[in-house]
Amino acid sequence: MPEYVVCKLTDIPMGQSRRFTAGKRDIAIFNVQGDLHAIADRCPHEGASLCKGVITSLVSGDEPGEYRLERQGEMVRCPWHGWEFDILTGKSYCDPNRMKVRSYDVKVAPGETLAEGPYQIEIYDVSVQDDYVIVTL
Amino acid sequence: MSDTLDRPRAMITAGAIDTDVHPPLPRQADLLPYLDPYWAETFQSRDVDVLELMSFPERTKPYRRADWQGEGDALVAMQKDLLDPLQLGQAILNVVSGAHALFDPYLQLAVCRATNDWLADQWLSRDDRLRASILVPFSNVAGAVQEIERLAGDKRFVQILTLAAGELPLGRQSYWPIFEAAEKHGLPIGIHAGSMLRHAPSHSGYHSFLIEDHIAMTHGFATQIASLIAEGVFAKYPALKVVAIESGVSWVPPLMWRMSKDWRGTRVEVPWVKDSPAALIRKHVRLTSQPFDAPEDPSEVETMLSHLLSDDMLLFSSDYPHCHYEGLDVLPRGVPEAMLQKAMRANALATYPRLGG
Repeated sequence: MPEYVVCKLTDIPMGQSRRFTAGKRDIAIFNVQGDLHAIADRCPHEGASLCKGVITSLVSGDEPGEYRLERQGEMVRCPWHGWEFDILTGKSYCDPNRMKVRSYDVKVAPGETLAEGPYQIEIYDVSVQDDYVIVTL
Repeated sequence: MSDTLDRPRAMITAGAIDTDVHPPLPRQADLLPYLDPYWAETFQSRDVDVLELMSFPERTKPYRRADWQGEGDALVAMQKDLLDPLQLGQAILNVVSGAHALFDPYLQLAVCRATNDWLADQWLSRDDRLRASILVPFSNVAGAVQEIERLAGDKRFVQILTLAAGELPLGRQSYWPIFEAAEKHGLPIGIHAGSMLRHAPSHSGYHSFLIEDHIAMTHGFATQIASLIAEGVFAKYPALKVVAIESGVSWVPPLMWRMSKDWRGTRVEVPWVKDSPAALIRKHVRLTSQPFDAPEDPSEVETMLSHLLSDDMLLFSSDYPHCHYEGLDVLPRGVPEAMLQKAMRANALATYPRLGG
């Protein structure tokens, strides 16, 4: 499976997301409290960019009137119709088995290891001092 | 396509449970024996003979079939017109009266109580096929619970009755004690067509003609069911069932579609709604079969009903003595055989646990 170096680690600040193109795919990468997660950047409903959605928590409650915020920063709401997706798995909250976006492996590698690796580094000016984000399609 | 129309009617309805039958409204003289002295005196001094809902006027002729307006003992007429020829196993009496709409919360309790006692004495005790819905004062919730508890020991009362358009959306927390008592005693909430006219009957105000009044009912039902779901009544009372009586049936799939789709983007306001509204409707809501709004082509009826994605929801009803069909042609055309079989009896037994004994 091809791996793509998409950006420097510092390009995606904590609690934010960025959109990248890897091969022919648009990928949304989220930084959830220092851990990176990559999902397809296209809502399966009408195709909106999930990267532009609000990063939020899972709203939960068992009794009427009870509201809890769980899994802080691990959900994204589609900017068009508010459908919620789990950033870690790509599954929607309301219909997780049928309405989901693909999830991709993402990892961080130091620049010094990339200089000699199999990556398409020509599109980046890789410096040995930085860490880079690699997505596996 | 269904082959049910070719089968003898009595084979299908024999032993069936009719979930919506109307006795004539009790008159002042009928209720007096069941009122305490204060209310008996008040009744006579006000001298209102029959409490009739403006939105469900029993004495307006088009509401009753010409051949079902017999004189004499109304129970005998019901037996002759309906119970005997269809060989019904059981029939649930729904009194849709002005009792639902009274403003005075104490008078409302008194009239509901007297009507329930009249039903027990003059109807339930005279034909063991009959069951009835309990009238309770929704403008007096403590009184309503008191009335449910008073009658809970009498298993011939199988449901609590209210209307499609009331004072507040039905899911509001102020009504929850009624739902708690209903769930505890295995009593579904029957929402019958009709309005208390506390508000304009349509979302755009008052309309001009009777036909518009009937259309507004669909929105009344949808509003009540949406309210029950959103307010969390089914989360709070998971065993509670709701029966939409005389609702027309075919409006339900579009409500399922709309509400389930919108739930995906708005459910953060109501996180206790954990399942899609369509799934909750399939679990908690039941529909009586008359009147039945359907395409003319019976083969399209099957398609329409398939959108419910459930064989459990439809309950057989005649809506006696209202005018929806000729003779005893009481079954809607085109209902698939398997669904019809369940609608005649099994679905009612699953909905009304007290019917089973």
